[in-house]
Order: sequence, then C-alpha cells, then structure tokens
Amino acid sequence: MKIIVCAKQVPDTTEVKIDPVKGTLIREGVPSILNPDDANALEAALAIKDEKPGTTVNVISMGPPQAEYMLKECIAMGADHAYLLSSRAFGGADTCATSTTIAEGIKKIGDYDLIFAGRQAIDGDTAQVGPQVAQRLEIPFVTYVRKIRELKDKSIVVERQLEDGYEVIEVPLPCLLTAVKELNEPRYMNIGRILDAYEGNYITVWNENDVCLDPSECGLQASPTQVMRSFTPEPKGKGEMLSGTVTEMATALVNKLREKHVI
Amino acid sequence: MIFSEKYELIRKLAREFAEKEIPSEMQDQIDQTGEFPEELLEKIRKNGLFGIKVPKELDGQGADTLAYVIVIEEIARVSMVTSIYVSGANSLGSGPLLLAGTQEQLEKYLAPVARGEKYPCFALTEPGAGSDAGAVATTAVRDGDYYVLNGRKTFITAAPISDFAIVFAKTDVTKGSRGISTFIVDMDLPGISFGKNEDKMGIIGCPTSDIIFEDVRVHKDNLLGEENKGFTNAMKTLDYGRLGVAAQSVGVGQACLDEAIKYAKERKQFGRRLADFQAISFMIADMATELQAARELLYNGAVMKDKGDRKASMYCSMAKYYASEMCNRVAYKALQIHGGYGYIKDYRIERLYRDARINSIFEGTSQIQQMIIANNLLK
Repeated sequence: MKIIVCAKQVPDTTEVKIDPVKGTLIREGVPSILNPDDANALEAALAIKDEKPGTTVNVISMGPPQAEYMLKECIAMGADHAYLLSSRAFGGADTCATSTTIAEGIKKIGDYDLIFAGRQAIDGDTAQVGPQVAQRLEIPFVTYVRKIRELKDKSIVVERQLEDGYEVIEVPLPCLLTAVKELNEPRYMNIGRILDAYEGNYITVWNENDVCLDPSECGLQASPTQVMRSFTPEPKGKGEMLSGTVTEMATALVNKLREKHVI
Repeated sequence: MIFSEKYELIRKLAREFAEKEIPSEMQDQIDQTGEFPEELLEKIRKNGLFGIKVPKELDGQGADTLAYVIVIEEIARVSMVTSIYVSGANSLGSGPLLLAGTQEQLEKYLAPVARGEKYPCFALTEPGAGSDAGAVATTAVRDGDYYVLNGRKTFITAAPISDFAIVFAKTDVTKGSRGISTFIVDMDLPGISFGKNEDKMGIIGCPTSDIIFEDVRVHKDNLLGEENKGFTNAMKTLDYGRLGVAAQSVGVGQACLDEAIKYAKERKQFGRRLADFQAISFMIADMATELQAARELLYNGAVMKDKGDRKASMYCSMAKYYASEMCNRVAYKALQIHGGYGYIKDYRIERLYRDARINSIFEGTSQIQQMIIANNLLK
C-alpha cells in the first residue's frame, strides 16, 4: 500500500506576527514545527505501515528550503521518503494555489492508495487545502477523521467527528482523509532514524518545472484571495459556567439576561 | 558549542519525551513511594533509549557519545532518577560489552539491553574497594570450564532489578589491579543474593543494593575480555559513565536554575520581586554562567571521546568534576533563593537539591577526578 501524507511547517506559536503592509505572516525569527494535526495524519499512516508490512509512507510539503528540517522530523518518525515543493514561484500562495501545487506533486509521486492531511494548519486555520487537493485529484475525501475503523482492500471505514457526535463513513480507495488530534497520539522520533535522515538521501526537492506548472498557475499569481486586513482579535471576556439544578440554572440565566436587558 | 541540526533534533526528541512522559505528579510519586512506574520503563524501551550507542546491527540506535549525553541531560532536567535508568543501560551496562564483548556475548547480552529485554548492572565497588577500585577482594577461581566467584559488591545501582551484572573479580590475587578480570554474570545463577535496598538521600526510585556471591559458578564463555585485563576495561567504561554523570549534573543544574528564575520572578518581598534585588539577580547570573561552562566541558568531553583523543579520559574527568560540583553549587543557591519554602517538600527544588548531591560522589568522587586530571598532567 502506498500512502501520502500532506504536511506543513508552521510557526510554533498561536501569536503569529503579521506584516502590517502585506497582511501576510512574518516567519523570520519564529521557531517552526510540524503542524500538530499533520503529525496526527503522519501517525495514522505510520500505524497502517506497522500493521501492513510493505506499506510505504511518503510525505509531501510545500514551503521554503528550511521546511526540510520538518521533513527530516517526519523521516525520523518513520516516513520512508519526503518531497518538498520549493521555489520562489510558489511563494505567496493562498489555499487555492497551494492545493494546485500539492496536487501536481502528488500526481508526480503517483500510484497512491490513501492520502492523509491534517485538519488544518495552526497558522492559517483554513482547513481548505486537504479538501481542495482531493477535489483536484478527483478523489473522494472525508474531513475530521477521528478514528479508522477498518481498512479493507478497496475501501476504508472511518468515523468523522461532528460537534455533537460522529458519522461512520465508508469511502472507496484511493481517497483523502483529514485528521483531527483525537485520531491518535503521534509517536516520537527515533534516534537511529534521525541519524538516517541526516546521512541518507530521503528528501527530494521539486520546483515548478519538476511538477510541470507554469509560474502563472502557482504562488501569488494564482492566488485569488485578497487579504483586506489581518489582526489579532481582542480576547473575549471570560465565560461563566452556571451550576446547580436545572431550575437554579434556568433562574440564574434568566436573571443574567434581564440584567443585560436581553429579555 | 554550536550544534548541527542533527543534534538539535535529538535534543528536541529527548526534551519532548521527558516533559510529556514524566509529568511532575509522576516525579513526586516516584520520590514518595520509591516505586518506578513500569509503564515509563516500557516507553523508554519502546523508544530505543536503552540502546542509544549500541550499533544498529545489534538493535541499538547507532548514535555517538555526544547524542547520548544530550539525551541524558534532557531527561535529567526533568527527572534525575529516570536518567539513571537510561544511563545505567547505556554506559556502565553496555560499555564493557561494547569494549570487549565477543560476537556471541554481544548478541546474547548487548542486543537484549538495546531492545530493553534485559537490564544490566555494573558491579565494581566493594565495601573495601570504593575509590580504590584496584583493591577488589571478590575472587574468581578457575574450576574446569567454570570460574567460581566469591565476594560482596556494594552500592550497586539497579542490582535487584538487573538480569545480569558486569562483575569485576580477582583472578590473580597476587597482583593488584592487573589481577582483575571481568565476567558477565546472570543474576539467576545459584549462590547470588542481594543485600537490603539502601535507603538513600536522593535519586529515590532506582534501587541500590549489595550483591553477594557465594560459590557462584560462571561459565568461561562469560569471561569478558582477557583474563587479568578487566581493570583497563572498567576504567575505559568509567569515562562514559563520567560523561553520563556530567550530563546528569548539567540537566539537574538547569532544572535548579529554571526553578530559581521562576521563583525569583514570582516571589515578592519589600514590595519588589526577588529578581529585582541585585543580590539575587547576580546569583542567577553566576549560576547560569557556571552551568554553561559545565555544559561546554561536557560536550567537549563527548566529542573527544568520539574522536578517540588520547587525552579523552582527562577531559571526561574534568567534565565530571566541574559539572558535578557546579550542580551542587547551583542547587544550593537555587534553594537559598527559595528561602524557607525551598526546605519544604512541596517545592521541586527540595528534591533537586537531594538528587544533585550524588553527582560529586558516584562514578568516581570529585577527589578521584582530581587525581586523574593531575596524574595526566604530572606524569
């Protein structure tokens, strides 16, 4: 079985600094990590590899050259190979251009049975790239996967997380699944594999020519998103939890609403 | 020292593992009960941390000494006693095998240590042979295909939980240190018994006891290295052990500094934070500077050892000597900054202070390190 995992290197902070003029993220000086949901995606793939010998796990990412560090981390966790789509032409991409590029990279890797992506990246929080990649590859996808129930020969049965429960979905292979943190506990890197990652040739870097994309089809040029304004939202006031019996809570709630002249 | 990315990734792994798998409640519980959680040992095992320096062909990780000391430092920063379990298997337990083991011995004893299936201990010290390790009185007398061991080893870390011991015994009582041989002794052999579990001041959770050998018959296949060449083997192993202790000292020292900084920023007296008093802030500056100096000596010792530098032993002793004394000074100051609260077990610094104390004693006291350094310079 051949599995591809989409991963992104993100700044290790929820307080991302924003360029006041361009409205884009300032990455310089911020420590970078493997996006947490992507670690769950990778773990899901590696768990299948543990179960099914002969499975290969390939990681794909788009980003600046320093994203190789994150990909080495993926190799150290147990991925077989990693591909980094890196070029000036890819810079400034929104989710639309990113998914075009990633999808072309995946096509070039080829022959996949399953693609995992994280639910969303902690820097952009869009949750769009995974589904868009599936769309471009014309394969089915399931988002918010919290459990893999069964991997069959031609399909996979998963639980999709909802706000108040979950759906059980069987989806034919090949397909794309986006992982939530409830899916698993990502494993640690392995010291021996860290050494491998630095001694062997585990990372392939591709530019737009390698994936047959015209510069007009990727990066800022192919990004219809216009950022009007980026800002850090004002923190909301603390919520208040009511306790007691239903009657007591209802009374307290009505009083509060009256105080605020809502009713 | 400026590290390559590879070592930074190894540090990241060790730090994440220690911070996540050894939460403070668990640290307290180990210290209070003396029981070390089996599930934590299992996680250490599963992540290959018992075989950091063991070659990959023998199921280890194949890393070098520098990688090893970084892992020990990061684990000791969170839990000194946990780092002893890791270093015990990696240095004193594996060292003699790596140095002198035959292929059969490596496969039978070292590979299982790396896989976490067998745990070793290192039995050199005796009631009458501590710093004077050459004065070993345990004897091994040849009898056909066997050696018959008699004697008593003392203060043996992890003895009661070990599967086998690396035992140093006299095969030629007419000679001093040149009459010592090394044996791999399975702990389930008839004639082996243990003393009581010592009630220690710190590093609680890793049992230390005597091992008593009464007519223990060890097969000649379990002679490690050549007969009467055991002492050199022991001394070379101790270089790694000393770097391990230096790493533990740096880790515990860092933990002490972390606690001191945290407390100095929180605690207010005379209307100001402790950190705003120059007396306290200068103490912190001194602690951090000494800590960094020790860390550089540690990494230098590890690199020297990896390079096979002929003065490596001296650099290992310097690292061990300076780092362990630094650790005690830093622990003292960190506790001092905590004032009365530091003397109470509710604060982490109380345990760190007790854990720090062993570092200038085990694997060669500071005075032994001074002897080694001076001998290197004056010979």
